[in-house]
Amino acid sequence: MKHLPAIVPLLATQSTTRDVAASAGIAWAVRRDLALALRSRAELAVHLSFYVIVVSLFPLAAAPDRNLLAATGPAVLWVAALLASLLSLPRLLAADYLDGTLEQMALSPYPLAALVSGKIVAHWLTTGMPVVLLAPVLALQYDLDSEASAVLIASLLVGTPILSLLGAIGAALTLGVRGAGSLLALLILPLYVPVLVFGAGAVDATRVGVGAAAHLSLLGAGLLIAIVGAPFAAAAAIRIALD
Amino acid sequence: MLNVQHLAARRGFTHLFADLTFAVDSGEALLVTGANGSGKTTLLRILAGLTAPATGTVRWRGAEVGAFSASMRQDVAFVGHLPALNDTLTAQENLLQLLALSGDAVRLEDVRVALSAVALDRQATLPVRALSQGQRRRVGLARLALARRALWLLDEPATALDAAGATILSELTARHLAGRGCVVATTHQPLAFGSAQVTTLALGS
Repeated sequence: MKHLPAIVPLLATQSTTRDVAASAGIAWAVRRDLALALRSRAELAVHLSFYVIVVSLFPLAAAPDRNLLAATGPAVLWVAALLASLLSLPRLLAADYLDGTLEQMALSPYPLAALVSGKIVAHWLTTGMPVVLLAPVLALQYDLDSEASAVLIASLLVGTPILSLLGAIGAALTLGVRGAGSLLALLILPLYVPVLVFGAGAVDATRVGVGAAAHLSLLGAGLLIAIVGAPFAAAAAIRIALD
Repeated sequence: MLNVQHLAARRGFTHLFADLTFAVDSGEALLVTGANGSGKTTLLRILAGLTAPATGTVRWRGAEVGAFSASMRQDVAFVGHLPALNDTLTAQENLLQLLALSGDAVRLEDVRVALSAVALDRQATLPVRALSQGQRRRVGLARLALARRALWLLDEPATALDAAGATILSELTARHLAGRGCVVATTHQPLAFGSAQVTTLALGS
Protein backbone atom coordinates (compact mmCIF):
# COMPACT_ATOMS: atom_id res chain seq x y z
CA MET A 1 0.00 0.00 0.00
CA LYS A 2 1.24 3.45 -0.81
CA HIS A 3 1.57 5.96 1.94
CA LEU A 4 -0.69 8.94 1.95
CA PRO A 5 1.31 11.98 1.04
CA ALA A 6 0.73 15.15 2.99
CA ILE A 7 -1.41 16.76 0.34
CA VAL A 8 -2.56 19.75 2.26
CA PRO A 9 -1.48 20.94 5.68
CA LEU A 10 -4.21 20.06 8.12
CA LEU A 11 -4.99 22.99 10.33
CA ALA A 12 -8.22 21.62 11.58
CA THR A 13 -8.50 23.83 14.64
CA GLN A 14 -8.32 26.98 12.57
CA SER A 15 -11.44 27.90 10.73
CA THR A 16 -10.36 28.40 7.14
CA THR A 17 -11.87 31.37 5.43
CA ARG A 18 -13.30 30.53 2.08
CA ASP A 19 -14.55 32.64 -0.76
CA VAL A 20 -18.22 31.75 -0.62
CA ALA A 21 -19.76 34.56 -2.64
CA ALA A 22 -23.16 33.70 -4.07
CA SER A 23 -21.89 34.48 -7.58
CA ALA A 24 -19.19 31.81 -7.24
CA GLY A 25 -21.88 29.34 -6.19
CA ILE A 26 -24.01 30.20 -9.22
CA ALA A 27 -20.97 29.83 -11.50
CA TRP A 28 -20.12 26.44 -9.98
CA ALA A 29 -23.61 25.07 -10.64
CA VAL A 30 -23.82 26.49 -14.18
CA ARG A 31 -20.45 25.01 -15.14
CA ARG A 32 -21.23 21.62 -13.63
CA ASP A 33 -24.68 21.26 -15.16
CA LEU A 34 -23.49 22.41 -18.59
CA ALA A 35 -20.67 19.85 -18.43
CA LEU A 36 -23.19 17.16 -17.48
CA ALA A 37 -25.57 18.25 -20.24
CA LEU A 38 -22.74 17.94 -22.72
CA ARG A 39 -22.28 14.31 -21.61
CA SER A 40 -25.96 13.53 -22.16
CA ARG A 41 -26.52 15.34 -25.44
CA ALA A 42 -28.82 12.56 -26.67
CA GLU A 43 -31.30 13.27 -23.91
CA LEU A 44 -31.37 16.98 -24.76
CA ALA A 45 -31.82 16.16 -28.43
CA VAL A 46 -34.86 14.03 -27.52
CA HIS A 47 -36.53 16.94 -25.71
CA LEU A 48 -35.83 19.28 -28.58
CA SER A 49 -37.06 16.81 -31.21
CA PHE A 50 -40.22 16.40 -29.15
CA TYR A 51 -40.77 20.15 -29.38
CA VAL A 52 -40.11 20.23 -33.12
CA ILE A 53 -42.36 17.24 -33.81
CA VAL A 54 -45.29 18.49 -31.72
CA VAL A 55 -45.16 21.87 -33.43
CA SER A 56 -44.92 20.27 -36.87
CA LEU A 57 -47.81 17.84 -36.34
CA PHE A 58 -50.43 20.57 -35.99
CA PRO A 59 -50.21 22.05 -39.50
CA LEU A 60 -50.45 18.51 -40.87
CA ALA A 61 -53.60 17.78 -38.87
CA ALA A 62 -55.31 21.15 -39.24
CA ALA A 63 -57.22 22.29 -42.31
CA PRO A 64 -54.86 23.97 -44.82
CA ASP A 65 -56.18 27.45 -44.14
CA ARG A 66 -53.62 30.27 -43.83
CA ASN A 67 -55.68 32.37 -41.43
CA LEU A 68 -56.41 29.43 -39.18
CA LEU A 69 -52.74 28.47 -39.04
CA ALA A 70 -51.57 32.01 -38.34
CA ALA A 71 -54.17 32.28 -35.57
CA THR A 72 -53.28 29.01 -33.84
CA GLY A 73 -49.50 29.05 -34.49
CA PRO A 74 -48.38 31.06 -31.44
CA ALA A 75 -50.58 28.99 -29.12
CA VAL A 76 -49.19 25.72 -30.48
CA LEU A 77 -45.58 26.91 -30.21
CA TRP A 78 -46.16 28.06 -26.65
CA VAL A 79 -47.88 24.84 -25.54
CA ALA A 80 -45.10 22.79 -27.13
CA ALA A 81 -42.44 24.92 -25.41
CA LEU A 82 -44.23 24.39 -22.13
CA LEU A 83 -44.42 20.61 -22.59
CA ALA A 84 -40.77 20.41 -23.63
CA SER A 85 -39.81 22.27 -20.46
CA LEU A 86 -42.00 19.97 -18.38
CA LEU A 87 -40.41 16.91 -20.01
CA SER A 88 -36.91 17.99 -18.99
CA LEU A 89 -37.74 19.06 -15.42
CA PRO A 90 -37.48 15.68 -13.66
CA ARG A 91 -33.80 15.67 -14.68
CA LEU A 92 -33.13 18.98 -12.96
CA LEU A 93 -32.70 17.69 -9.41
CA ALA A 94 -33.58 13.99 -9.29
CA ALA A 95 -30.16 12.58 -10.25
CA ASP A 96 -28.36 14.83 -7.77
CA TYR A 97 -30.84 13.80 -5.09
CA LEU A 98 -30.33 10.10 -5.72
CA ASP A 99 -26.53 10.14 -5.78
CA GLY A 100 -26.17 12.41 -2.74
CA THR A 101 -24.83 15.50 -4.52
CA LEU A 102 -27.83 17.51 -3.31
CA GLU A 103 -26.88 16.61 0.28
CA GLN A 104 -23.37 17.96 -0.31
CA MET A 105 -24.81 21.06 -1.98
CA ALA A 106 -26.97 21.73 1.09
CA LEU A 107 -23.87 21.32 3.30
CA SER A 108 -21.59 23.45 1.15
CA PRO A 109 -20.62 26.91 2.37
CA TYR A 110 -22.30 28.45 -0.68
CA PRO A 111 -25.93 29.52 -0.22
CA LEU A 112 -28.18 26.73 -1.47
CA ALA A 113 -30.39 29.25 -3.28
CA ALA A 114 -27.33 30.38 -5.29
CA LEU A 115 -26.49 26.81 -6.29
CA VAL A 116 -30.12 26.25 -7.29
CA SER A 117 -30.09 29.48 -9.33
CA GLY A 118 -27.07 28.18 -11.21
CA LYS A 119 -28.86 24.92 -11.96
CA ILE A 120 -31.87 26.88 -13.24
CA VAL A 121 -29.67 29.01 -15.50
CA ALA A 122 -28.05 25.86 -16.92
CA HIS A 123 -31.50 24.29 -17.38
CA TRP A 124 -32.68 27.29 -19.37
CA LEU A 125 -29.50 27.39 -21.46
CA THR A 126 -29.91 23.73 -22.41
CA THR A 127 -33.70 23.52 -22.84
CA GLY A 128 -35.24 27.03 -23.00
CA MET A 129 -32.75 28.75 -25.25
CA PRO A 130 -32.86 26.11 -28.03
CA VAL A 131 -36.66 26.39 -27.97
CA VAL A 132 -36.39 30.16 -28.52
CA LEU A 133 -33.78 29.76 -31.26
CA LEU A 134 -35.83 27.18 -33.16
CA ALA A 135 -39.06 29.19 -32.93
CA PRO A 136 -38.51 31.44 -36.00
CA VAL A 137 -37.92 28.40 -38.20
CA LEU A 138 -40.94 26.55 -36.84
CA ALA A 139 -43.09 29.67 -37.13
CA LEU A 140 -42.66 29.47 -40.94
CA GLN A 141 -45.03 26.49 -40.95
CA TYR A 142 -47.76 28.72 -39.57
CA ASP A 143 -47.32 31.55 -42.04
CA LEU A 144 -46.64 34.10 -39.31
CA ASP A 145 -45.55 37.47 -40.68
CA SER A 146 -42.21 38.88 -39.58
CA GLU A 147 -43.71 41.18 -36.94
CA ALA A 148 -45.74 38.41 -35.29
CA SER A 149 -42.71 36.15 -35.49
CA ALA A 150 -40.52 38.72 -33.75
CA VAL A 151 -43.06 39.18 -30.96
CA LEU A 152 -43.34 35.40 -30.57
CA ILE A 153 -39.57 35.13 -30.13
CA ALA A 154 -39.55 38.03 -27.67
CA SER A 155 -42.34 36.45 -25.64
CA LEU A 156 -40.54 33.08 -25.60
CA LEU A 157 -37.29 34.78 -24.61
CA VAL A 158 -38.92 36.40 -21.59
CA GLY A 159 -41.30 33.53 -20.83
CA THR A 160 -39.20 30.37 -21.03
CA PRO A 161 -36.92 31.41 -18.12
CA ILE A 162 -40.09 31.67 -15.99
CA LEU A 163 -40.89 28.08 -16.96
CA SER A 164 -37.46 26.94 -15.73
CA LEU A 165 -37.74 28.98 -12.51
CA LEU A 166 -41.24 27.76 -11.58
CA GLY A 167 -40.34 24.26 -12.72
CA ALA A 168 -37.44 24.16 -10.26
CA ILE A 169 -39.89 24.65 -7.40
CA GLY A 170 -42.01 21.78 -8.68
CA ALA A 171 -38.96 19.56 -9.18
CA ALA A 172 -37.80 20.30 -5.62
CA LEU A 173 -41.24 19.63 -4.14
CA THR A 174 -41.50 16.23 -5.83
CA LEU A 175 -38.04 14.98 -4.79
CA GLY A 176 -38.16 11.44 -3.50
CA VAL A 177 -41.80 11.01 -4.48
CA ARG A 178 -42.91 7.93 -6.39
CA GLY A 179 -44.16 8.83 -9.88
CA ALA A 180 -42.63 12.27 -9.52
CA GLY A 181 -43.00 13.02 -13.24
CA SER A 182 -46.79 13.02 -13.40
CA LEU A 183 -47.15 14.70 -10.01
CA LEU A 184 -44.78 17.39 -11.23
CA ALA A 185 -47.05 18.01 -14.23
CA LEU A 186 -50.11 18.29 -11.97
CA LEU A 187 -48.33 20.71 -9.66
CA ILE A 188 -46.65 22.91 -12.18
CA LEU A 189 -48.99 23.15 -15.19
CA PRO A 190 -51.52 25.38 -13.36
CA LEU A 191 -48.64 27.71 -12.44
CA TYR A 192 -47.63 27.85 -16.10
CA VAL A 193 -51.08 29.15 -17.13
CA PRO A 194 -50.36 32.89 -16.69
CA VAL A 195 -47.11 32.53 -18.64
CA LEU A 196 -49.01 30.79 -21.43
CA VAL A 197 -51.80 33.40 -21.44
CA PHE A 198 -49.49 36.39 -21.67
CA GLY A 199 -46.94 34.69 -23.91
CA ALA A 200 -49.33 33.50 -26.60
CA GLY A 201 -51.53 36.55 -26.00
CA ALA A 202 -48.68 38.89 -26.93
CA VAL A 203 -48.64 37.54 -30.50
CA ASP A 204 -52.43 37.71 -30.81
CA ALA A 205 -52.38 41.31 -29.62
CA THR A 206 -49.94 42.22 -32.42
CA ARG A 207 -52.09 40.44 -34.99
CA VAL A 208 -55.19 42.42 -34.05
CA GLY A 209 -53.17 45.65 -33.90
CA VAL A 210 -53.27 46.40 -30.17
CA GLY A 211 -49.52 46.03 -29.70
CA ALA A 212 -47.71 43.52 -27.53
CA ALA A 213 -46.13 45.94 -25.06
CA ALA A 214 -48.64 45.31 -22.26
CA HIS A 215 -48.35 41.52 -22.51
CA LEU A 216 -44.56 41.58 -22.69
CA SER A 217 -44.35 43.96 -19.72
CA LEU A 218 -46.50 41.66 -17.61
CA LEU A 219 -44.38 38.71 -18.70
CA GLY A 220 -41.25 40.67 -17.76
CA ALA A 221 -42.71 41.51 -14.36
CA GLY A 222 -43.47 37.83 -13.85
CA LEU A 223 -39.88 36.98 -14.76
CA LEU A 224 -38.49 39.42 -12.20
CA ILE A 225 -40.73 38.06 -9.45
CA ALA A 226 -39.77 34.49 -10.35
CA ILE A 227 -36.04 35.34 -10.36
CA VAL A 228 -36.30 36.81 -6.88
CA GLY A 229 -38.57 34.19 -5.36
CA ALA A 230 -38.16 30.83 -7.10
CA PRO A 231 -34.56 29.95 -6.08
CA PHE A 232 -35.37 30.51 -2.41
CA ALA A 233 -38.60 28.53 -2.62
CA ALA A 234 -36.82 25.67 -4.39
CA ALA A 235 -33.96 25.73 -1.85
CA ALA A 236 -36.46 25.53 1.01
CA ALA A 237 -38.21 22.59 -0.66
CA ILE A 238 -34.86 20.81 -1.13
CA ARG A 239 -34.04 21.22 2.56
CA ILE A 240 -37.41 19.67 3.46
CA ALA A 241 -36.76 16.78 1.07
CA LEU A 242 -33.34 16.12 2.63
CA ASP A 243 -34.67 16.11 6.21
CA MET B 1 -15.12 21.63 19.98
CA LEU B 2 -18.33 19.68 19.49
CA ASN B 3 -20.70 19.75 22.42
CA VAL B 4 -24.01 17.94 22.45
CA GLN B 5 -26.56 18.39 25.23
CA HIS B 6 -29.70 16.34 25.91
CA LEU B 7 -30.21 15.48 22.26
CA ALA B 8 -33.33 13.56 21.24
CA ALA B 9 -34.45 12.45 17.81
CA ARG B 10 -37.65 11.12 16.34
CA ARG B 11 -38.32 9.51 13.01
CA GLY B 12 -42.08 9.71 12.41
CA PHE B 13 -43.60 8.48 15.67
CA THR B 14 -40.59 6.38 16.70
CA HIS B 15 -38.28 7.75 19.36
CA LEU B 16 -34.76 6.87 18.30
CA PHE B 17 -32.77 8.20 21.22
CA ALA B 18 -33.23 10.73 23.99
CA ASP B 19 -31.10 12.73 26.42
CA LEU B 20 -27.85 12.15 24.58
CA THR B 21 -24.99 14.22 26.01
CA PHE B 22 -21.40 14.01 24.84
CA ALA B 23 -18.46 16.16 23.79
CA VAL B 24 -15.74 15.67 21.20
CA ASP B 25 -12.63 17.80 21.60
CA SER B 26 -10.10 18.56 18.88
CA GLY B 27 -7.91 15.55 18.24
CA GLU B 28 -10.59 13.18 19.52
CA ALA B 29 -12.75 10.62 17.81
CA LEU B 30 -16.20 9.38 18.74
CA LEU B 31 -17.37 6.00 17.56
CA VAL B 32 -21.14 5.56 17.49
CA THR B 33 -22.29 1.96 17.67
CA GLY B 34 -25.72 0.38 17.95
CA ALA B 35 -28.15 -1.99 16.30
CA ASN B 36 -29.75 -1.27 12.92
CA GLY B 37 -32.38 1.39 13.34
CA SER B 38 -31.00 2.71 16.61
CA GLY B 39 -30.49 6.17 15.10
CA LYS B 40 -26.78 6.25 14.23
CA THR B 41 -27.30 7.82 10.83
CA THR B 42 -29.91 10.23 12.20
CA LEU B 43 -27.45 11.37 14.88
CA LEU B 44 -24.82 12.01 12.23
CA ARG B 45 -27.30 13.92 10.07
CA ILE B 46 -28.29 16.06 13.05
CA LEU B 47 -24.62 16.84 13.73
CA ALA B 48 -24.11 17.72 10.05
CA GLY B 49 -27.15 19.99 10.18
CA LEU B 50 -29.18 18.05 7.63
CA THR B 51 -31.92 17.22 10.14
CA ALA B 52 -33.23 19.17 13.12
CA PRO B 53 -33.26 17.33 16.47
CA ALA B 54 -36.54 16.87 18.35
CA THR B 55 -35.02 18.47 21.46
CA GLY B 56 -31.54 19.32 22.69
CA THR B 57 -28.71 21.48 21.44
CA VAL B 58 -25.58 21.03 19.38
CA ARG B 59 -22.70 23.44 19.99
CA TRP B 60 -19.77 23.83 17.63
CA ARG B 61 -16.80 25.98 18.64
CA GLY B 62 -18.90 27.18 21.56
CA ALA B 63 -21.80 28.53 19.51
CA GLU B 64 -25.15 26.80 19.18
CA VAL B 65 -25.78 25.53 15.67
CA GLY B 66 -29.10 24.66 14.09
CA ALA B 67 -29.94 22.88 10.84
CA PHE B 68 -27.95 24.21 7.84
CA SER B 69 -26.09 26.74 9.97
CA ALA B 70 -23.43 28.71 8.13
CA SER B 71 -20.62 28.07 10.62
CA MET B 72 -21.14 24.31 10.47
CA ARG B 73 -21.16 24.32 6.68
CA GLN B 74 -17.66 25.87 6.76
CA ASP B 75 -16.25 23.10 8.91
CA VAL B 76 -18.02 19.82 8.29
CA ALA B 77 -17.12 17.03 5.89
CA PHE B 78 -20.03 14.59 5.68
CA VAL B 79 -19.50 11.20 4.07
CA GLY B 80 -22.84 9.42 4.11
CA HIS B 81 -24.30 6.33 2.49
CA LEU B 82 -24.63 8.21 -0.78
CA PRO B 83 -21.27 8.79 -2.48
CA ALA B 84 -22.25 12.11 -4.15
CA LEU B 85 -20.50 10.94 -7.31
CA ASN B 86 -22.04 11.52 -10.70
CA ASP B 87 -22.00 8.37 -12.83
CA THR B 88 -21.17 10.09 -16.10
CA LEU B 89 -18.23 12.12 -14.77
CA THR B 90 -14.82 10.59 -14.10
CA ALA B 91 -13.50 10.12 -10.57
CA GLN B 92 -11.12 13.01 -11.16
CA GLU B 93 -13.86 15.36 -12.41
CA ASN B 94 -16.15 14.37 -9.56
CA LEU B 95 -13.49 15.21 -7.00
CA LEU B 96 -12.70 18.56 -8.60
CA GLN B 97 -16.43 19.40 -8.61
CA LEU B 98 -17.00 18.33 -5.01
CA LEU B 99 -14.00 20.21 -3.69
CA ALA B 100 -14.95 23.34 -5.60
CA LEU B 101 -18.42 22.95 -4.08
CA SER B 102 -16.99 22.81 -0.58
CA GLY B 103 -14.96 25.95 -1.30
CA ASP B 104 -11.58 24.21 -1.21
CA ALA B 105 -9.57 25.30 -4.21
CA VAL B 106 -7.52 22.32 -5.31
CA ARG B 107 -5.37 21.76 -8.34
CA LEU B 108 -5.77 18.81 -10.68
CA GLU B 109 -2.32 17.71 -9.53
CA ASP B 110 -3.55 17.41 -5.91
CA VAL B 111 -6.52 15.35 -7.05
CA ARG B 112 -4.23 12.98 -8.98
CA VAL B 113 -2.00 12.55 -5.93
CA ALA B 114 -4.99 11.89 -3.67
CA LEU B 115 -6.46 9.34 -6.08
CA SER B 116 -3.16 7.52 -6.35
CA ALA B 117 -2.94 7.55 -2.55
CA VAL B 118 -6.17 5.55 -2.44
CA ALA B 119 -4.80 3.27 -5.19
CA LEU B 120 -7.09 4.50 -7.94
CA ASP B 121 -4.42 5.75 -10.39
CA ARG B 122 -5.74 3.73 -13.28
CA GLN B 123 -9.39 4.50 -12.54
CA ALA B 124 -8.91 8.27 -12.18
CA THR B 125 -10.12 9.02 -15.71
CA LEU B 126 -12.85 6.37 -15.87
CA PRO B 127 -16.51 7.34 -15.54
CA VAL B 128 -17.62 6.57 -12.00
CA ARG B 129 -20.25 4.14 -13.30
CA ALA B 130 -17.38 1.76 -14.08
CA LEU B 131 -16.17 1.74 -10.46
CA SER B 132 -17.12 -0.82 -7.83
CA GLN B 133 -18.74 0.11 -4.51
CA GLY B 134 -15.42 -0.16 -2.70
CA GLN B 135 -13.70 1.99 -5.29
CA ARG B 136 -16.41 4.64 -4.93
CA ARG B 137 -15.78 4.59 -1.20
CA ARG B 138 -12.11 5.17 -1.91
CA VAL B 139 -12.95 8.22 -4.01
CA GLY B 140 -14.82 9.46 -0.92
CA LEU B 141 -11.64 8.94 1.12
CA ALA B 142 -9.66 10.95 -1.42
CA ARG B 143 -12.20 13.75 -0.97
CA LEU B 144 -11.65 13.67 2.80
CA ALA B 145 -7.89 13.86 2.28
CA LEU B 146 -8.26 17.00 0.16
CA ALA B 147 -11.03 18.89 1.96
CA ARG B 148 -9.77 21.07 4.78
CA ARG B 149 -12.50 20.35 7.25
CA ALA B 150 -12.23 20.25 11.02
CA LEU B 151 -15.12 17.89 11.68
CA TRP B 152 -15.42 14.63 9.81
CA LEU B 153 -18.76 12.86 10.02
CA LEU B 154 -18.39 9.36 8.62
CA ASP B 155 -21.38 7.07 8.22
CA GLU B 156 -20.19 3.46 8.17
CA PRO B 157 -16.89 4.44 6.54
CA ALA B 158 -15.54 0.89 6.38
CA THR B 159 -18.52 -0.51 4.41
CA ALA B 160 -17.48 -2.14 1.12
CA LEU B 161 -13.80 -1.40 1.76
CA ASP B 162 -11.25 -4.22 1.53
CA ALA B 163 -8.40 -4.66 4.03
CA ALA B 164 -6.12 -2.27 2.16
CA GLY B 165 -8.95 0.28 1.95
CA ALA B 166 -9.58 -0.01 5.68
CA THR B 167 -5.88 0.65 6.31
CA ILE B 168 -6.05 3.80 4.17
CA LEU B 169 -9.14 4.88 6.11
CA SER B 170 -7.49 4.45 9.51
CA GLU B 171 -4.27 6.11 8.34
CA LEU B 172 -6.26 9.06 6.99
CA THR B 173 -8.34 9.51 10.14
CA ALA B 174 -5.27 9.09 12.37
CA ARG B 175 -3.58 11.89 10.44
CA HIS B 176 -6.66 14.07 10.70
CA LEU B 177 -6.81 13.51 14.46
CA ALA B 178 -3.07 14.18 14.82
CA GLY B 179 -3.76 17.49 13.04
CA ARG B 180 -6.21 18.34 15.84
CA GLY B 181 -9.33 17.50 13.83
CA CYS B 182 -12.50 15.82 15.12
CA VAL B 183 -14.05 12.61 13.87
CA VAL B 184 -17.50 11.20 14.57
CA ALA B 185 -18.03 7.84 12.88
CA THR B 186 -20.82 5.28 13.03
CA THR B 187 -19.60 1.74 12.77
CA HIS B 188 -20.38 -1.95 13.14
CA GLN B 189 -16.78 -3.11 13.09
CA PRO B 190 -13.85 -1.88 15.17
CA LEU B 191 -12.01 1.02 13.56
CA ALA B 192 -8.37 1.77 14.37
CA PHE B 193 -7.47 5.44 14.68
CA GLY B 194 -3.86 5.28 15.76
CA SER B 195 -2.95 6.74 19.13
CA ALA B 196 -5.79 9.26 19.27
CA GLN B 197 -8.29 9.28 22.08
CA VAL B 198 -11.37 7.37 21.01
CA THR B 199 -14.64 7.28 22.92
CA THR B 200 -17.45 4.91 22.10
CA LEU B 201 -21.11 5.81 22.29
CA ALA B 202 -23.54 2.91 22.19
CA LEU B 203 -27.02 3.88 21.01
CA GLY B 204 -30.14 2.00 22.01
CA SER B 205 -28.74 0.48 25.18
